[in-house]
Amino acid sequence: MSPAARPISSVRLPGVAFALVAASAIVMAALVLLPLFVVFRDAFDKGIGKYLAAVSDPDAVSAMKLTLLVAGIAVPLNAIFGIAAAWCIAKFEFRGKGVLLTLIDLPFSMSPVVSGLVWVLLFGAQGWFGTWLIDHDIKIIFATTGLVLATILVTFPFVARELIPLMQDQGADEEAAALTLGASGFTTFWKITLPNIRWALLYGVLLCNARAMGEFGAVSVVSGHIRGLTTTLPLHVEVLYNDYDFVGAFATASLLASLGLVTLVLKTGLEWRHAGELAANRKH
Amino acid sequence: MSDQTRHIGSVELRRRPWLQHSILPGFGLSLGITLTYLGAIVVLPLTALAIRPWELGLHGVWHELSAPRVASALKLSFGLSALAALLNAPLGLLLAWTLSRYEFPGRRILDALVDLPFALPTAVAGLALTAIYAPNGPLGSLAAKLGIKTAYSALGIFIALVFIGLPFVVRSLQPVLQELDHEVEEAATTLGADARQRAVRVILPAMAPSLISGVSLAFARAVGEYGSVVFIAGNLPGKTEIAPLLIVIKLESYDYAGAAAVGVAMVAISFGSLVLINGLQLALAKRGKA
Amino acid sequence: MTSPDITRRGLVAAGGGMAAAAGLPLLLAPPVQAQSKTLTLLNVSYDATRELYKEINVAFSAFWKARTGEFLDIKQSHGGSGKQARAVIDGLQADVVTLALAGDIDEIAARAKLLPANWQSRLPINSTPYTSTIVLLVRKGNPKAIRDWADLVKPGVGVIVSNPKTSGGARWAYLAAYAYGQSKGGQAAARAYITKLFRNVPVLGAGARDATTTFAQRGIGDVLLAWENEAFLTIHEFGPNFDIVYPSSSILAEPPLALLDKNVDRHKTRVVATGYLNFLYSPQAQDIIARHHYRPRNAASAAKYAANLKPIAMVTIDQAFGGWKKAQATHFAEGGLFDQIYKPA
Repeated sequence: MSPAARPISSVRLPGVAFALVAASAIVMAALVLLPLFVVFRDAFDKGIGKYLAAVSDPDAVSAMKLTLLVAGIAVPLNAIFGIAAAWCIAKFEFRGKGVLLTLIDLPFSMSPVVSGLVWVLLFGAQGWFGTWLIDHDIKIIFATTGLVLATILVTFPFVARELIPLMQDQGADEEAAALTLGASGFTTFWKITLPNIRWALLYGVLLCNARAMGEFGAVSVVSGHIRGLTTTLPLHVEVLYNDYDFVGAFATASLLASLGLVTLVLKTGLEWRHAGELAANRKH
Repeated sequence: MSDQTRHIGSVELRRRPWLQHSILPGFGLSLGITLTYLGAIVVLPLTALAIRPWELGLHGVWHELSAPRVASALKLSFGLSALAALLNAPLGLLLAWTLSRYEFPGRRILDALVDLPFALPTAVAGLALTAIYAPNGPLGSLAAKLGIKTAYSALGIFIALVFIGLPFVVRSLQPVLQELDHEVEEAATTLGADARQRAVRVILPAMAPSLISGVSLAFARAVGEYGSVVFIAGNLPGKTEIAPLLIVIKLESYDYAGAAAVGVAMVAISFGSLVLINGLQLALAKRGKA
Repeated sequence: MTSPDITRRGLVAAGGGMAAAAGLPLLLAPPVQAQSKTLTLLNVSYDATRELYKEINVAFSAFWKARTGEFLDIKQSHGGSGKQARAVIDGLQADVVTLALAGDIDEIAARAKLLPANWQSRLPINSTPYTSTIVLLVRKGNPKAIRDWADLVKPGVGVIVSNPKTSGGARWAYLAAYAYGQSKGGQAAARAYITKLFRNVPVLGAGARDATTTFAQRGIGDVLLAWENEAFLTIHEFGPNFDIVYPSSSILAEPPLALLDKNVDRHKTRVVATGYLNFLYSPQAQDIIARHHYRPRNAASAAKYAANLKPIAMVTIDQAFGGWKKAQATHFAEGGLFDQIYKPA
């Protein structure tokens, strides 16, 4: 770092710098840190024993498994879609691209509640395919499939949105060169494209995963709230809360918060190390 | 998707007037996956949503959406979301500025925590915020002493929406501010105070597109937000009932068409505003470059 | 370059680890119907019965095991009564429903046709093995001196109740209040009373539990309109900071239960589901019911737990409102009286 690039404002205007840093810290503490603190405070309200009992409760464990299962299906599917969408949009020029981009962004403007409702309208017993599904004994709504579908829809654009701008910036020259040199399409993708986008891909996957595991509104509509069967962790928090088991609710919530924090640490690690590569995205 | 795209090869490609020739393979496969997935996950369900209200007839849909309760829920959701997104502009600017310009102890931690509202499950955030801002909570009791109702009022909803929108603005601004550093700093140090003022005039327009995009993302997220809001809102029809909750209530009173009507209206309005804002942002970006 | 590389690898490994952890249950998760010897029963119920059915389910599983040798796994789902009925209509595979009011089961019969329209006559006493009522829960010492319904509309009294659109208990509470209004001067007085009452409501809970938490945990409002059993449970769970006030009259709430014929036939659970519902009428279950502060039908159980059950004058929905269908259409349907309360004046 050359001296000119150093944050000189802090040297010239220490008062202002200090005030701004303090203001930021206060905003963050009041708005963001306090809720996190409350979650952990209430989780350990009755001591560590109660906390451990709450998080090892069989219903909590099965909610944890269900959450991981749902995210474990939804996130890879959205990642594959993200790569495919970014490939055709960034590397090719075709008519209708604008429409395609718009459609990919559409789920961003959908309320999670709507993202759940649409599946009820399609696959609910009174929905488009309801009778057929019942006749063939296929369960979608109020089963894992419904939870996965709702989660996929909510987290749909995350990976694609990370990859598209980056791959557009990178262009197709490297791939074209490799192909001219005789590499196969698959080798080119594997050896050239994937290494170029891996950090953005991981970043998108982390974002997608954080949102998938924490989703509440959409899954709430399609869950049926069967204890220990169709309640994901966020729904289980609500169930416990309504059981007046506040320690259990916040203990479960703290598990979710910890999962979120792990994601954040990974994500920040990526950002510090690969800022340039990732920054390309946010300029668009 | 048709057999048109199933075969890849330059000969085949030239037959498609809508596609520019490229030597890269995989167009058919990737577009096929994209369209199939998009169709199944977004287009088909949204079609079901868009069709459902019309069983009420045009008049019925209008009646549904113009009902005072629906109208005020939509107004509340969109109004508060816009206000929250607007407040997030200065807050986000402050945080992005501090995080990208100053070195201070704990900066990385602060930076990581900016994303917490995004990573924290919405229901958890809702429960925690309610505990904090209820009249017997740490901040709620302070506000109550001043005679201000926070939880179970529009203000409570507003706080929740500011909370969830914050990361979008900060993360949109940070890269731009980091990049601006060198050029603007140099300009400001070499040319003196007068130039520093001019630098401000450079920074602001340069940030405008990112700021707008961050604010619009925060807005879109806030409009649909359910989990973090429903616990802290008072849920009184016409006063503190947000549109997503109204959809749930309509659904739970077996009014599928009504629920779908409000859902369509929400998607239409918030998508419409996103498109408008994107247009504005593009125009600004062009002007900035010119 | 080495140290960032190590961290990179660490990151990838961590990311991969997370992905693997997320994918692992895919392989480990047992198929749902793996245990063939165990019968599964799903009871979809309303918000306030969580603790009751937890105990009933244990008792019935033991009873059933002793009688038939079959293992039973009874799954519970709780929520606002309307929300639960909606889920069943949309395909939630309940074997039995035990909801807050007959109207919601009527909706299941009418919309999803999972059971015949005359379902309520299939089990004894209107298919309701217990009744309950709505009482007033106030803060310790009753600082606002709330003794009866009339005190709820006084200025400065905060009333907490859940949303009658989605909560069964709230519908009973609304009707109890309305019946009081009616007794003071017919329809016009009742409408004026109920409007004033809801003007005093600062927060509408989504379900009974939501309203109780708002009142007891968050300290909002002066009085909670609660199920009788819920009022006792609140004192039990949140400590002795509350008093129960029995109003001069309330409503006889009949939370019914029913077998969903189409679902039990598909799951082949008709026998056990029938046994489950009949069990609720048994002396053993009636005792459990009374211990949870519901009002049992069985006279012996009622006598045994008489201390739990204060006598109170109760109107029935048939007397005061001409049955659920009429009450639903007049008060809770789209544009009904409840919606009109919230019309901007």
